[in-house]
Amino acid sequence: MQQEPQERQQKRPEMRVRPTAPIVPPSNVSGNALMCVIAIMAFLACLTYGAVSMVRATAASWQSQISREITIQIKPDDKLDMEAALNDARDLALTFTGTRDGQIVDRAATARLLEPWLGEGLDLDELPVPRLVVITIDERDPPDFAAMRKALSEKIPQAFLDDHRTWVNRLVAMAETTAWIGTGVLILVFSAMVLTVVFATRGALSGNRHIIEVLHFVGAEAGFVATEFQKHFLKISLKGSFAGGALAALVFAIAGYWQGRSLATPESDQATALFGTFSVGPGGYLGIAATMIVIALLTTLTARFTVMRTIFEIDRIRSDPARTDGLPET
Amino acid sequence: MIHFENVGLRYGMGPEVLRDLTFDIPRRSFQFLTGPSGAGKSTLLRLLFLSLQPTRGLIRTFDRNIATIPREELPMLRRRIGIVFQDFRLLDHLTTYENVALPLRVRGKDELSYRADVIDLLKWVGLGERINVLPPVLSGGEKQRAAIARALIDRPELLLADEPTGNVDPPMARRLLSLFMELNRLGTAVVIATHDLSLMDQVDARRMILSQGRLDIYE
Repeated sequence: MQQEPQERQQKRPEMRVRPTAPIVPPSNVSGNALMCVIAIMAFLACLTYGAVSMVRATAASWQSQISREITIQIKPDDKLDMEAALNDARDLALTFTGTRDGQIVDRAATARLLEPWLGEGLDLDELPVPRLVVITIDERDPPDFAAMRKALSEKIPQAFLDDHRTWVNRLVAMAETTAWIGTGVLILVFSAMVLTVVFATRGALSGNRHIIEVLHFVGAEAGFVATEFQKHFLKISLKGSFAGGALAALVFAIAGYWQGRSLATPESDQATALFGTFSVGPGGYLGIAATMIVIALLTTLTARFTVMRTIFEIDRIRSDPARTDGLPET
Repeated sequence: MIHFENVGLRYGMGPEVLRDLTFDIPRRSFQFLTGPSGAGKSTLLRLLFLSLQPTRGLIRTFDRNIATIPREELPMLRRRIGIVFQDFRLLDHLTTYENVALPLRVRGKDELSYRADVIDLLKWVGLGERINVLPPVLSGGEKQRAAIARALIDRPELLLADEPTGNVDPPMARRLLSLFMELNRLGTAVVIATHDLSLMDQVDARRMILSQGRLDIYE
Protein backbone atom coordinates (compact mmCIF):
# COMPACT_ATOMS: atom_id res chain seq x y z
CA MET A 1 0.00 0.00 0.00
CA GLN A 2 2.89 2.35 0.78
CA GLN A 3 4.29 1.93 -2.70
CA GLU A 4 1.10 3.10 -4.41
CA PRO A 5 1.90 6.86 -4.60
CA GLN A 6 5.37 6.04 -5.96
CA GLU A 7 3.87 3.77 -8.61
CA ARG A 8 1.35 6.44 -9.48
CA GLN A 9 4.18 8.89 -9.87
CA GLN A 10 6.01 6.50 -12.18
CA LYS A 11 2.87 6.01 -14.22
CA ARG A 12 2.37 9.77 -14.66
CA PRO A 13 2.40 10.44 -18.36
CA GLU A 14 5.54 12.11 -19.65
CA MET A 15 4.99 15.74 -20.59
CA ARG A 16 4.17 15.77 -24.26
CA VAL A 17 5.45 18.26 -26.76
CA ARG A 18 4.16 18.72 -30.27
CA PRO A 19 6.28 17.43 -33.17
CA THR A 20 9.06 19.94 -33.64
CA ALA A 21 8.00 22.73 -35.97
CA PRO A 22 10.32 23.80 -38.80
CA ILE A 23 12.62 26.71 -37.95
CA VAL A 24 11.21 28.70 -40.88
CA PRO A 25 7.41 29.08 -40.56
CA PRO A 26 5.82 26.72 -43.12
CA SER A 27 3.30 29.17 -44.50
CA ASN A 28 2.62 32.85 -44.26
CA VAL A 29 1.11 35.53 -46.46
CA SER A 30 4.35 36.39 -48.23
CA GLY A 31 5.14 32.70 -48.80
CA ASN A 32 1.72 32.11 -50.36
CA ALA A 33 2.06 35.23 -52.51
CA LEU A 34 5.47 34.02 -53.68
CA MET A 35 3.99 30.64 -54.59
CA CYS A 36 1.30 32.38 -56.69
CA VAL A 37 3.90 34.59 -58.41
CA ILE A 38 6.05 31.54 -59.20
CA ALA A 39 3.03 29.60 -60.50
CA ILE A 40 1.97 32.50 -62.77
CA MET A 41 5.49 33.10 -64.09
CA ALA A 42 6.05 29.37 -64.63
CA PHE A 43 2.76 29.17 -66.53
CA LEU A 44 3.64 32.14 -68.75
CA ALA A 45 7.21 30.96 -69.35
CA CYS A 46 6.13 27.41 -70.19
CA LEU A 47 3.34 28.69 -72.43
CA THR A 48 5.78 30.96 -74.25
CA TYR A 49 8.32 28.18 -74.54
CA GLY A 50 5.73 25.81 -76.01
CA ALA A 51 4.32 28.45 -78.38
CA VAL A 52 7.76 29.52 -79.59
CA SER A 53 8.90 25.94 -80.19
CA MET A 54 5.63 25.35 -82.11
CA VAL A 55 6.13 28.44 -84.28
CA ARG A 56 9.76 27.53 -84.93
CA ALA A 57 8.76 24.03 -85.99
CA THR A 58 6.07 25.44 -88.30
CA ALA A 59 8.49 27.95 -89.83
CA ALA A 60 11.05 25.20 -90.38
CA SER A 61 8.44 22.99 -92.06
CA TRP A 62 7.36 25.79 -94.45
CA GLN A 63 10.93 26.22 -95.47
CA SER A 64 11.68 22.55 -95.80
CA GLN A 65 8.54 21.64 -97.75
CA ILE A 66 9.10 24.21 -100.48
CA SER A 67 12.84 23.79 -100.80
CA ARG A 68 12.64 20.01 -101.09
CA GLU A 69 11.45 20.17 -104.74
CA ILE A 70 12.34 21.86 -108.01
CA THR A 71 10.21 21.93 -111.17
CA ILE A 72 11.15 21.60 -114.83
CA GLN A 73 8.60 23.19 -117.09
CA ILE A 74 8.54 22.26 -120.79
CA LYS A 75 6.62 24.48 -123.15
CA PRO A 76 4.92 22.74 -126.08
CA ASP A 77 6.39 23.17 -129.49
CA ASP A 78 5.41 21.70 -132.87
CA LYS A 79 8.84 20.21 -133.37
CA LEU A 80 8.95 18.74 -129.87
CA ASP A 81 7.99 15.23 -128.85
CA MET A 82 6.64 16.19 -125.44
CA GLU A 83 6.73 12.74 -123.84
CA ALA A 84 10.33 12.13 -124.97
CA ALA A 85 11.34 15.62 -123.83
CA LEU A 86 9.77 15.02 -120.41
CA ASN A 87 11.69 11.74 -120.03
CA ASP A 88 14.93 13.34 -121.25
CA ALA A 89 14.53 16.27 -118.87
CA ARG A 90 13.92 13.94 -115.92
CA ASP A 91 16.84 11.68 -116.80
CA LEU A 92 19.13 14.64 -117.30
CA ALA A 93 18.16 16.19 -113.98
CA LEU A 94 18.69 12.93 -112.16
CA THR A 95 22.27 12.71 -113.43
CA PHE A 96 23.13 15.64 -111.13
CA THR A 97 24.27 14.87 -107.60
CA GLY A 98 21.84 16.21 -105.02
CA THR A 99 18.75 14.98 -106.85
CA ARG A 100 16.77 12.10 -105.40
CA ASP A 101 13.74 11.35 -107.46
CA GLY A 102 11.97 12.65 -110.55
CA GLN A 103 8.30 12.44 -111.37
CA ILE A 104 6.58 13.48 -114.55
CA VAL A 105 3.24 15.13 -113.94
CA ASP A 106 1.16 13.02 -116.33
CA ARG A 107 -1.59 14.31 -118.57
CA ALA A 108 -4.36 13.44 -116.17
CA ALA A 109 -2.63 15.18 -113.28
CA THR A 110 -1.94 18.23 -115.47
CA ALA A 111 -5.61 18.34 -116.46
CA ARG A 112 -6.55 18.14 -112.77
CA LEU A 113 -4.22 21.05 -112.04
CA LEU A 114 -5.96 23.16 -114.69
CA GLU A 115 -9.44 21.99 -113.82
CA PRO A 116 -10.28 24.94 -111.54
CA TRP A 117 -9.63 27.36 -114.42
CA LEU A 118 -10.50 25.46 -117.55
CA GLY A 119 -13.12 23.02 -116.31
CA GLU A 120 -13.47 19.24 -116.71
CA GLY A 121 -12.91 17.17 -119.86
CA LEU A 122 -9.95 19.20 -121.02
CA ASP A 123 -8.10 17.90 -124.08
CA LEU A 124 -4.47 18.87 -123.58
CA ASP A 125 -3.63 18.32 -127.26
CA GLU A 126 -5.85 21.23 -128.22
CA LEU A 127 -4.11 23.67 -125.92
CA PRO A 128 -0.42 24.63 -125.72
CA VAL A 129 -0.23 23.65 -122.06
CA PRO A 130 3.27 23.32 -120.58
CA ARG A 131 4.08 20.03 -118.84
CA LEU A 132 5.95 19.59 -115.59
CA VAL A 133 8.60 17.33 -114.15
CA VAL A 134 8.92 17.46 -110.36
CA ILE A 135 12.41 16.63 -109.07
CA THR A 136 12.93 15.90 -105.40
CA ILE A 137 16.26 17.15 -104.16
CA ASP A 138 18.41 16.76 -101.07
CA GLU A 139 17.77 20.12 -99.36
CA ARG A 140 20.99 19.83 -97.37
CA ASP A 141 23.12 19.18 -100.44
CA PRO A 142 21.23 20.72 -103.40
CA PRO A 143 22.39 20.19 -106.98
CA ASP A 144 24.14 22.90 -109.00
CA PHE A 145 21.04 24.70 -110.38
CA ALA A 146 23.01 26.87 -112.86
CA ALA A 147 24.70 23.85 -114.42
CA MET A 148 21.41 21.97 -114.55
CA ARG A 149 19.70 24.93 -116.18
CA LYS A 150 22.45 25.22 -118.77
CA ALA A 151 22.42 21.50 -119.58
CA LEU A 152 18.64 21.51 -119.91
CA SER A 153 18.52 24.52 -122.22
CA GLU A 154 21.21 22.95 -124.42
CA LYS A 155 19.34 19.67 -124.74
CA ILE A 156 15.73 20.91 -124.64
CA PRO A 157 15.51 24.63 -125.47
CA GLN A 158 11.82 24.67 -124.45
CA ALA A 159 12.65 23.56 -120.89
CA PHE A 160 12.66 26.01 -118.03
CA LEU A 161 14.00 25.14 -114.60
CA ASP A 162 12.19 26.66 -111.62
CA ASP A 163 14.28 26.07 -108.51
CA HIS A 164 11.76 27.95 -106.26
CA ARG A 165 14.75 29.92 -104.88
CA THR A 166 12.85 33.22 -104.86
CA TRP A 167 10.09 31.69 -102.79
CA VAL A 168 12.46 29.69 -100.71
CA ASN A 169 14.56 32.75 -99.92
CA ARG A 170 11.49 34.74 -98.96
CA LEU A 171 10.15 31.94 -96.84
CA VAL A 172 13.53 31.37 -95.21
CA ALA A 173 13.71 35.07 -94.36
CA MET A 174 10.17 34.99 -93.00
CA ALA A 175 10.74 31.79 -91.05
CA GLU A 176 13.97 33.12 -89.61
CA THR A 177 12.31 36.38 -88.64
CA THR A 178 9.46 34.48 -87.00
CA ALA A 179 11.92 32.27 -85.13
CA TRP A 180 13.95 35.29 -84.00
CA ILE A 181 10.85 37.11 -82.83
CA GLY A 182 9.86 33.97 -80.92
CA THR A 183 13.30 33.70 -79.37
CA GLY A 184 13.16 37.38 -78.44
CA VAL A 185 9.79 36.95 -76.76
CA LEU A 186 11.10 33.87 -74.98
CA ILE A 187 14.15 35.77 -73.71
CA LEU A 188 11.96 38.65 -72.53
CA VAL A 189 9.52 36.36 -70.75
CA PHE A 190 12.35 34.35 -69.15
CA SER A 191 14.11 37.56 -68.04
CA ALA A 192 10.85 38.83 -66.54
CA MET A 193 10.41 35.46 -64.86
CA VAL A 194 13.95 35.49 -63.41
CA LEU A 195 13.62 39.04 -62.11
CA THR A 196 10.13 38.48 -60.71
CA VAL A 197 11.11 35.26 -58.98
CA VAL A 198 14.32 36.79 -57.55
CA PHE A 199 12.59 39.90 -56.23
CA ALA A 200 9.55 38.02 -54.94
CA THR A 201 11.86 35.61 -53.09
CA ARG A 202 13.82 38.48 -51.59
CA GLY A 203 10.56 40.18 -50.62
CA ALA A 204 9.29 37.03 -48.94
CA LEU A 205 12.62 36.67 -47.13
CA SER A 206 12.67 40.23 -45.84
CA GLY A 207 9.75 39.35 -43.57
CA ASN A 208 11.92 36.65 -42.01
CA ARG A 209 14.95 38.77 -41.16
CA HIS A 210 14.25 38.54 -37.43
CA ILE A 211 14.46 34.73 -37.67
CA ILE A 212 17.84 34.96 -39.39
CA GLU A 213 19.08 37.32 -36.67
CA VAL A 214 17.89 35.16 -33.81
CA LEU A 215 19.39 32.02 -35.33
CA HIS A 216 22.66 33.85 -35.93
CA PHE A 217 22.78 35.14 -32.37
CA VAL A 218 22.02 31.79 -30.76
CA GLY A 219 25.08 30.39 -32.50
CA ALA A 220 23.79 29.00 -35.80
CA GLU A 221 26.38 28.91 -38.55
CA ALA A 222 25.57 30.81 -41.74
CA GLY A 223 25.40 27.57 -43.73
CA PHE A 224 22.84 26.09 -41.33
CA VAL A 225 20.59 29.16 -41.52
CA ALA A 226 20.89 29.26 -45.31
CA THR A 227 20.04 25.55 -45.60
CA GLU A 228 16.91 25.96 -43.46
CA PHE A 229 15.64 28.79 -45.67
CA GLN A 230 16.71 26.98 -48.84
CA LYS A 231 14.62 23.93 -47.92
CA HIS A 232 11.62 26.12 -47.23
CA PHE A 233 11.87 28.09 -50.47
CA LEU A 234 12.59 24.96 -52.50
CA LYS A 235 9.24 23.54 -51.35
CA ILE A 236 7.41 26.78 -52.21
CA SER A 237 9.02 27.04 -55.65
CA LEU A 238 8.46 23.38 -56.50
CA LYS A 239 4.78 23.69 -55.63
CA GLY A 240 4.40 26.96 -57.56
CA SER A 241 6.38 25.94 -60.64
CA PHE A 242 4.74 22.52 -60.79
CA ALA A 243 1.29 24.14 -60.72
CA GLY A 244 2.23 26.65 -63.46
CA GLY A 245 4.07 24.10 -65.63
CA ALA A 246 1.35 21.48 -65.31
CA LEU A 247 -1.28 24.04 -66.25
CA ALA A 248 0.68 25.06 -69.36
CA ALA A 249 1.13 21.40 -70.35
CA LEU A 250 -2.60 20.90 -69.86
CA VAL A 251 -3.36 23.88 -72.12
CA PHE A 252 -1.24 22.33 -74.90
CA ALA A 253 -2.78 18.92 -74.36
CA ILE A 254 -6.32 20.37 -74.57
CA ALA A 255 -5.44 22.47 -77.64
CA GLY A 256 -3.92 19.40 -79.32
CA TYR A 257 -6.99 17.34 -78.45
CA TRP A 258 -9.30 20.04 -79.83
CA GLN A 259 -7.28 20.20 -83.03
CA GLY A 260 -7.32 16.42 -83.36
CA ARG A 261 -11.09 16.27 -82.91
CA SER A 262 -11.89 19.14 -85.24
CA LEU A 263 -9.54 17.95 -87.99
CA ALA A 264 -10.46 19.19 -91.47
CA THR A 265 -12.87 21.82 -90.16
CA PRO A 266 -12.26 25.40 -91.39
CA GLU A 267 -11.34 26.61 -87.86
CA SER A 268 -8.81 23.87 -87.34
CA ASP A 269 -7.32 24.28 -90.83
CA GLN A 270 -6.88 27.98 -90.23
CA ALA A 271 -5.22 27.42 -86.87
CA THR A 272 -2.97 24.73 -88.35
CA ALA A 273 -1.95 26.96 -91.25
CA LEU A 274 -1.06 29.80 -88.88
CA PHE A 275 0.43 28.04 -85.90
CA GLY A 276 1.08 24.47 -86.97
CA THR A 277 -0.12 21.61 -84.85
CA PHE A 278 -0.65 22.25 -81.16
CA SER A 279 1.37 19.24 -80.13
CA VAL A 280 4.57 20.38 -78.42
CA GLY A 281 6.08 16.89 -78.48
CA PRO A 282 8.42 15.32 -75.95
CA GLY A 283 10.89 18.19 -76.46
CA GLY A 284 8.24 20.72 -75.47
CA TYR A 285 7.28 18.80 -72.35
CA LEU A 286 10.97 18.40 -71.48
CA GLY A 287 11.32 22.18 -71.88
CA ILE A 288 8.40 22.70 -69.50
CA ALA A 289 10.04 20.37 -66.97
CA ALA A 290 13.37 22.20 -67.44
CA THR A 291 11.63 25.56 -66.85
CA MET A 292 10.19 24.21 -63.61
CA ILE A 293 13.63 23.04 -62.49
CA VAL A 294 15.19 26.38 -63.44
CA ILE A 295 12.58 28.25 -61.36
CA ALA A 296 13.09 25.93 -58.38
CA LEU A 297 16.87 26.36 -58.58
CA LEU A 298 16.56 30.09 -59.02
CA THR A 299 14.34 30.48 -55.95
CA THR A 300 16.52 28.23 -53.84
CA LEU A 301 19.75 29.96 -54.83
CA THR A 302 18.21 33.41 -54.33
CA ALA A 303 17.07 32.36 -50.86
CA ARG A 304 20.56 31.06 -50.05
CA PHE A 305 22.37 34.16 -51.32
CA THR A 306 19.92 36.53 -49.62
CA VAL A 307 20.29 34.75 -46.26
CA MET A 308 24.08 34.70 -46.57
CA ARG A 309 24.03 38.37 -47.49
CA THR A 310 21.79 39.21 -44.53
CA ILE A 311 24.20 37.45 -42.19
CA PHE A 312 27.12 39.19 -43.88
CA GLU A 313 25.32 42.52 -43.38
CA ILE A 314 24.78 41.75 -39.68
CA ASP A 315 28.48 41.03 -39.32
CA ARG A 316 29.40 44.13 -41.31
CA ILE A 317 27.33 46.25 -38.98
CA ARG A 318 29.34 44.62 -36.20
CA SER A 319 32.55 45.94 -37.72
CA ASP A 320 31.14 49.38 -38.34
CA PRO A 321 29.92 51.15 -35.19
CA ALA A 322 28.55 53.95 -37.38
CA ARG A 323 25.77 51.54 -38.37
CA THR A 324 23.47 50.24 -35.70
CA ASP A 325 20.56 49.27 -37.92
CA GLY A 326 19.52 45.68 -37.64
CA LEU A 327 21.24 45.12 -34.31
CA PRO A 328 19.36 43.63 -31.39
CA GLU A 329 18.60 46.05 -28.62
CA THR A 330 20.88 44.57 -26.02
CA MET B 1 38.02 34.95 -19.79
CA ILE B 2 37.16 38.43 -21.15
CA HIS B 3 39.70 41.18 -21.14
CA PHE B 4 39.10 44.82 -22.14
CA GLU B 5 42.04 47.19 -22.48
CA ASN B 6 41.62 50.91 -23.17
CA VAL B 7 38.51 50.19 -25.15
CA GLY B 8 36.72 53.14 -26.69
CA LEU B 9 33.75 53.27 -29.01
CA ARG B 10 32.05 56.01 -30.93
CA TYR B 11 29.13 55.82 -33.33
CA GLY B 12 30.13 57.50 -36.59
CA MET B 13 31.65 60.89 -36.01
CA GLY B 14 29.87 61.38 -32.67
CA PRO B 15 31.46 61.57 -29.25
CA GLU B 16 32.83 58.44 -27.60
CA VAL B 17 30.04 56.58 -25.85
CA LEU B 18 32.55 54.32 -24.11
CA ARG B 19 35.92 55.60 -23.00
CA ASP B 20 39.08 53.87 -21.85
CA LEU B 21 37.42 50.77 -20.48
CA THR B 22 39.91 48.42 -18.90
CA PHE B 23 38.59 45.44 -16.98
CA ASP B 24 38.41 41.68 -16.83
CA ILE B 25 35.52 39.31 -16.50
CA PRO B 26 37.07 36.32 -14.78
CA ARG B 27 35.76 32.80 -15.15
CA ARG B 28 32.99 31.87 -12.68
CA SER B 29 32.57 35.54 -11.67
CA PHE B 30 29.25 37.25 -10.97
CA GLN B 31 28.72 40.95 -11.62
CA PHE B 32 26.07 43.55 -12.11
CA LEU B 33 26.42 46.19 -14.78
CA THR B 34 24.53 49.31 -13.90
CA GLY B 35 24.39 52.99 -14.57
CA PRO B 36 21.98 55.67 -15.73
CA SER B 37 20.14 55.40 -19.03
CA GLY B 38 22.35 56.35 -21.96
CA ALA B 39 25.53 55.55 -20.07
CA GLY B 40 26.48 52.87 -22.58
CA LYS B 41 25.31 49.64 -20.89
CA SER B 42 23.71 48.30 -24.05
CA THR B 43 26.79 49.14 -26.11
CA LEU B 44 29.04 47.41 -23.60
CA LEU B 45 26.83 44.30 -23.70
CA ARG B 46 27.04 44.35 -27.51
CA LEU B 47 30.81 44.46 -27.29
CA LEU B 48 30.77 41.54 -24.86
CA PHE B 49 28.47 39.60 -27.20
CA LEU B 50 30.73 40.19 -30.22
CA SER B 51 28.03 42.06 -32.06
CA LEU B 52 30.13 45.23 -32.17
CA GLN B 53 33.80 45.98 -32.56
CA PRO B 54 35.46 48.82 -30.62
CA THR B 55 36.82 51.84 -32.44
CA ARG B 56 39.97 51.57 -30.33
CA GLY B 57 41.51 49.35 -27.71
CA LEU B 58 41.80 45.60 -27.35
CA ILE B 59 39.18 43.03 -26.46
CA ARG B 60 40.17 39.45 -25.83
CA THR B 61 37.32 36.96 -25.58
CA PHE B 62 38.13 33.39 -24.58
CA ASP B 63 41.79 34.28 -25.20
CA ARG B 64 41.13 35.45 -28.76
CA ASN B 65 41.58 39.00 -30.01
CA ILE B 66 38.14 39.81 -31.44
CA ALA B 67 39.58 42.16 -34.05
CA THR B 68 41.27 39.25 -35.79
CA ILE B 69 38.63 36.53 -35.48
CA PRO B 70 37.37 35.44 -38.94
CA ARG B 71 33.62 35.86 -39.48
CA GLU B 72 32.98 32.16 -39.82
CA GLU B 73 34.40 31.50 -36.36
CA LEU B 74 32.04 33.92 -34.62
CA PRO B 75 29.14 31.42 -34.25
CA MET B 76 31.46 29.02 -32.40
CA LEU B 77 32.43 31.75 -29.94
CA ARG B 78 28.83 32.92 -29.55
CA ARG B 79 27.85 29.38 -28.60
CA ARG B 80 29.91 29.86 -25.47
CA ILE B 81 27.94 32.98 -24.55
CA GLY B 82 24.28 33.00 -23.52
CA ILE B 83 22.37 36.22 -23.97
CA VAL B 84 19.02 37.44 -22.72
CA PHE B 85 17.82 40.24 -24.97
CA GLN B 86 15.83 43.04 -23.43
CA ASP B 87 13.13 42.50 -26.06
CA PHE B 88 13.33 38.69 -25.62
CA ARG B 89 13.65 37.90 -29.33
CA LEU B 90 11.53 34.77 -29.18
CA LEU B 91 10.30 33.32 -32.47
CA ASP B 92 6.52 33.61 -32.56
CA HIS B 93 5.88 30.48 -34.61
CA LEU B 94 7.77 28.22 -32.21
CA THR B 95 6.40 27.02 -28.86
CA THR B 96 8.11 27.91 -25.58
CA TYR B 97 9.75 24.48 -25.62
CA GLU B 98 10.99 24.91 -29.21
CA ASN B 99 12.29 28.43 -28.52
CA VAL B 100 14.25 27.25 -25.51
CA ALA B 101 15.59 24.24 -27.40
CA LEU B 102 16.64 26.40 -30.39
CA PRO B 103 20.33 26.83 -29.41
CA LEU B 104 20.66 23.04 -29.10
CA ARG B 105 18.83 22.48 -32.35
CA VAL B 106 21.11 24.79 -34.31
CA ARG B 107 24.07 22.90 -32.89
CA GLY B 108 22.70 19.82 -34.61
CA LYS B 109 21.80 17.90 -31.45
CA ASP B 110 19.22 15.14 -31.51
CA GLU B 111 15.94 16.17 -29.90
CA LEU B 112 15.75 13.03 -27.75
CA SER B 113 19.08 13.94 -26.17
CA TYR B 114 17.84 17.28 -24.83
CA ARG B 115 14.07 17.02 -24.48
CA ALA B 116 14.11 16.10 -20.76
CA ASP B 117 16.66 18.86 -19.97
CA VAL B 118 14.60 21.52 -21.73
CA ILE B 119 11.41 20.45 -19.96
CA ASP B 120 13.20 20.41 -16.59
CA LEU B 121 14.59 23.89 -17.16
CA LEU B 122 11.17 25.19 -18.22
CA LYS B 123 9.67 23.76 -15.04
CA TRP B 124 12.45 25.39 -13.05
CA VAL B 125 11.65 28.83 -14.45
CA GLY B 126 7.97 28.27 -13.79
CA LEU B 127 6.89 27.55 -17.36
CA GLY B 128 6.19 23.84 -16.91
CA GLU B 129 2.56 24.36 -17.87
CA ARG B 130 3.37 26.63 -20.81
CA ILE B 131 5.58 24.26 -22.76
CA ASN B 132 3.36 24.05 -25.83
CA VAL B 133 2.27 27.68 -25.87
CA LEU B 134 3.32 30.16 -28.55
CA PRO B 135 5.04 33.41 -27.42
CA PRO B 136 2.20 35.77 -28.43
CA VAL B 137 0.07 34.06 -25.77
CA LEU B 138 2.72 34.42 -23.03
CA SER B 139 2.77 37.34 -20.60
CA GLY B 140 5.79 39.68 -20.50
CA GLY B 141 7.18 37.88 -17.46
CA GLU B 142 6.72 34.49 -19.09
CA LYS B 143 8.50 35.66 -22.23
CA GLN B 144 11.30 36.96 -20.03
CA ARG B 145 11.67 33.57 -18.37
CA ALA B 146 11.56 31.76 -21.70
CA ALA B 147 14.31 34.06 -23.01
CA ILE B 148 16.39 33.37 -19.89
CA ALA B 149 15.86 29.62 -20.25
CA ARG B 150 16.99 29.80 -23.89
CA ALA B 151 20.17 31.60 -22.83
CA LEU B 152 20.91 29.02 -20.13
CA ILE B 153 20.00 25.81 -21.90
CA ASP B 154 23.47 25.02 -23.23
CA ARG B 155 25.29 25.94 -20.03
CA PRO B 156 27.21 28.90 -21.49
CA GLU B 157 30.58 29.93 -20.09
CA LEU B 158 29.37 33.51 -19.97
CA LEU B 159 25.81 34.70 -19.50
CA LEU B 160 24.83 38.24 -20.47
CA ALA B 161 21.41 39.42 -19.36
CA ASP B 162 19.89 42.81 -20.12
CA GLU B 163 17.33 43.78 -17.50
CA PRO B 164 16.36 40.15 -16.94
CA THR B 165 13.98 40.96 -14.11
CA GLY B 166 12.41 44.01 -15.70
CA ASN B 167 9.07 42.36 -16.42
CA VAL B 168 8.60 40.08 -13.42
CA ASP B 169 7.28 40.55 -9.90
CA PRO B 170 9.74 40.61 -6.94
CA PRO B 171 9.27 36.95 -5.92
CA MET B 172 9.92 35.82 -9.51
CA ALA B 173 12.86 38.25 -9.73
CA ARG B 174 14.35 36.61 -6.63
CA ARG B 175 13.76 33.20 -8.13
CA LEU B 176 15.45 34.17 -11.39
CA LEU B 177 18.34 35.70 -9.49
CA SER B 178 18.82 32.46 -7.57
CA LEU B 179 18.75 30.66 -10.93
CA PHE B 180 21.58 32.88 -12.18
CA MET B 181 23.51 32.29 -8.93
CA GLU B 182 23.01 28.54 -9.22
CA LEU B 183 24.31 28.69 -12.77
CA ASN B 184 27.26 30.76 -11.55
CA ARG B 185 28.00 28.14 -8.88
CA LEU B 186 28.10 25.56 -11.65
CA GLY B 187 30.83 27.56 -13.39
CA THR B 188 29.20 30.20 -15.63
CA ALA B 189 30.37 33.80 -15.44
CA VAL B 190 27.33 36.10 -15.21
CA VAL B 191 26.91 39.76 -16.21
CA ILE B 192 23.50 41.23 -15.38
CA ALA B 193 22.72 44.70 -16.69
CA THR B 194 20.07 46.21 -14.46
CA HIS B 195 18.66 49.34 -12.90
CA ASP B 196 17.08 47.39 -10.08
CA LEU B 197 18.91 48.39 -6.87
CA SER B 198 16.88 46.01 -4.72
CA LEU B 199 17.97 43.13 -6.94
CA MET B 200 21.62 44.15 -6.59
CA ASP B 201 21.26 44.46 -2.83
CA GLN B 202 20.30 40.82 -2.59
CA VAL B 203 23.71 39.60 -3.67
CA ASP B 204 27.12 40.57 -2.57
CA ALA B 205 28.58 40.77 -6.04
CA ARG B 206 30.90 42.90 -8.05
CA ARG B 207 29.27 46.07 -9.43
CA MET B 208 30.35 47.67 -12.66
CA ILE B 209 28.94 51.18 -12.81
CA LEU B 210 28.97 52.97 -16.11
CA SER B 211 28.65 56.70 -16.10
CA GLN B 212 29.20 59.03 -19.03
CA GLY B 213 31.05 56.31 -20.90
CA ARG B 214 33.46 55.53 -18.05
CA LEU B 215 33.47 52.46 -15.91
CA ASP B 216 33.95 52.20 -12.15
CA ILE B 217 34.22 48.80 -10.59
CA TYR B 218 33.32 48.04 -6.99
CA GLU B 219 34.52 44.61 -5.95
